[in-house]
Amino acid sequence: MTILYAALTLGLLGLIFGAILTFASKKFHVDVDERIEKVKECTGGANCGACGYAGCEAFAQAVVKGEAKATGCGPAGAEGARKIGEIMGLNVEVEERRVARVLCAGTHGLAKNSYKYDGYRSCVVASDIAGGPKDCRFSCIGLGDCMDHCAFDAITMKDGIAHIDENLCTACGACVDACPRSVIKLLRVSQNVIVRCRNEETARAARESCMRACIACGRCKRECKYDAIIIENGYARIDHEKCTRCGDCAKVCPCNCITVE
Amino acid sequence: MKASFRGGVHPAHHSKRPTRYQPIQDFVSDTVRIIMSMHIGAPSVPCVKKGDQVKVGQVIGEPVGALGIPVHASVSGEVVSVDKISYLGAEPVQCITISNDFTDTWVELHPLGSVEHVDPALIVPAIKNAGICGMGGASFPTHVKLSPREGQKCHVIIANGAECETHLTADHRLMLENSIRIVDGLRAAMRAVDAEEGIIAIEDNKPDAIAAMQKACHGRENVRVQVLRTKYPQGGEKQLIQAVTGKQVPSGKLPLDIGVVVLNVGTCAAIADAIIDGRPLIDRITTVTGAVAQPSNLRLRIGTITQDIIGECGGFLDSPGKICFGGAMTGLCLPDPTLPMAKSTNGIVVYTPEDAASVEEESCIRCGKCVSVCPIGLNAFEIKLAADKDDIEKARRLSVQDCILCGCCSFTCPARRWLTASFKMAKQKIAAKDKAKGGSKK
Repeated sequence: MTILYAALTLGLLGLIFGAILTFASKKFHVDVDERIEKVKECTGGANCGACGYAGCEAFAQAVVKGEAKATGCGPAGAEGARKIGEIMGLNVEVEERRVARVLCAGTHGLAKNSYKYDGYRSCVVASDIAGGPKDCRFSCIGLGDCMDHCAFDAITMKDGIAHIDENLCTACGACVDACPRSVIKLLRVSQNVIVRCRNEETARAARESCMRACIACGRCKRECKYDAIIIENGYARIDHEKCTRCGDCAKVCPCNCITVE
Repeated sequence: MKASFRGGVHPAHHSKRPTRYQPIQDFVSDTVRIIMSMHIGAPSVPCVKKGDQVKVGQVIGEPVGALGIPVHASVSGEVVSVDKISYLGAEPVQCITISNDFTDTWVELHPLGSVEHVDPALIVPAIKNAGICGMGGASFPTHVKLSPREGQKCHVIIANGAECETHLTADHRLMLENSIRIVDGLRAAMRAVDAEEGIIAIEDNKPDAIAAMQKACHGRENVRVQVLRTKYPQGGEKQLIQAVTGKQVPSGKLPLDIGVVVLNVGTCAAIADAIIDGRPLIDRITTVTGAVAQPSNLRLRIGTITQDIIGECGGFLDSPGKICFGGAMTGLCLPDPTLPMAKSTNGIVVYTPEDAASVEEESCIRCGKCVSVCPIGLNAFEIKLAADKDDIEKARRLSVQDCILCGCCSFTCPARRWLTASFKMAKQKIAAKDKAKGGSKK
């Protein structure tokens, strides 16, 4: 008999609470756009913040609201942008994939060291001590601040400079912000002919500090048939609008600082 | 009672022994390289060119901006070159090289007379024109320290003779050999800002300096000596103020906000030279010690090249591991021995390769020693965790900006964690972020 009372009491309580919950869920119902969840699934999911929003959730909300572009997520890439477009019913013009590239080729042995650094492993700290352990003030310091900031494990340190795996890079830009020397730039995949030096010093000083330094000799400019090379601030750079990726400049560069990826 | 503050450590004070009884000797080298940014603030602009003949005390760098001070030639002779060199900081700096003709021809000096009778309004301009900046290490322009803003009033000036850093004895020897000049300089600074009290603060491990300064203070108005407990960082500006006056400088404020100015004893002597003789700051006393044949205290012309100085001290004992400007706790490592010393170089310490070797960092064992020694009262281990994760907003919430980078936490840490280095990095990143924010607002 006692067990019947207990079962009845609990059953009744269950009914009452069930009724309250049903009422509450109807009364306080909030319409959630199911597209937000779908868009979020298409993003990189790394919460890297490169889109300018506080994480992937916020980006997805902004896309659904129409504030952000479907192509706004770098890590999602072309495929992700196309899927987001499908969800949103938009016709997405997919931009070409971008990757981060290191504009320095001063590996161990080629770039001269002005002193031996054995302090705190951080480029920011090292760059503040007498202009950094490498003689060149424009070089990759190679202590791996960019590697620490990369959420996709795309960066490794090889021979004293950063090396970026283009297949893993999602162009989120975290490394660009982390680098105290600004030697990492985001470029389109097709912009694969690059001058890997930004030394502003005179030719002699640049050559003294690094065997791979651009000395602004102008050989590449004379060789280029498309007028795609600009020499200013003491180094050459490539106008990617005009460049046809023929690679002739890389062949004649006496310092081997122009590379074709 | 011996004044003190909370926290602090006792680093190797026996390191002062080799130079403690070495009288100050003069050394003039045949070439000097004078850096244009020896002070905090915009670098001075060179106003001489290659081939010019300069006299001692001639202005060779014009001041720029409110924090600017002029730079003077420290020897007479010919300007060999004006070029950019990479110095201790991140950016290259301009440097004037002068070859000494050893005639020691001075420019005409304009003495202002006795410090007790000079017009107080003339003192601060004279300090600025003499190119004086803080000589204890931070090199903040002294005339700015002595120019209270609207609503500020300086009541106390403390002459900092604590010299709590390891290895250094330059201030100690100055207090013994030139005590009258220090009191003169302190009196001049007091009269310039109409301060009521002047206190010379000295750690109790220098009883001879305390006696000498007490003798020099005898018969002078409102000047006294305060004995401090021997502890590092007793000579840190904020710690010294707390020890001597019992007041704390609030976070983000300057000592002037609570009516105190701290001047190094070397700065005081330089002020006295500027007023009594009209002489600009062209030399300073530097301790050269560590792995050198003859550790000494030298009076060096500003811009003397480090390897010449070490040569004067008998050369290296062994192949050097590191050469540092300043003591073991806050010294800056020198990348190249051909670089010159500057106005703030109070010591040159040579370490053997064994002493200079870096230690491996280990995991935090949560002992809390860093918290108990921090003179500011920061949670060092927690800030370190935030800084390692690059969470600079958390580091900011934990007040990393108030860190004075004294190095007590790193010194005491049993796990040998690189606390101070990571705080320096966090402070730099916060400053860079604030600067970027300020820039975008404009």
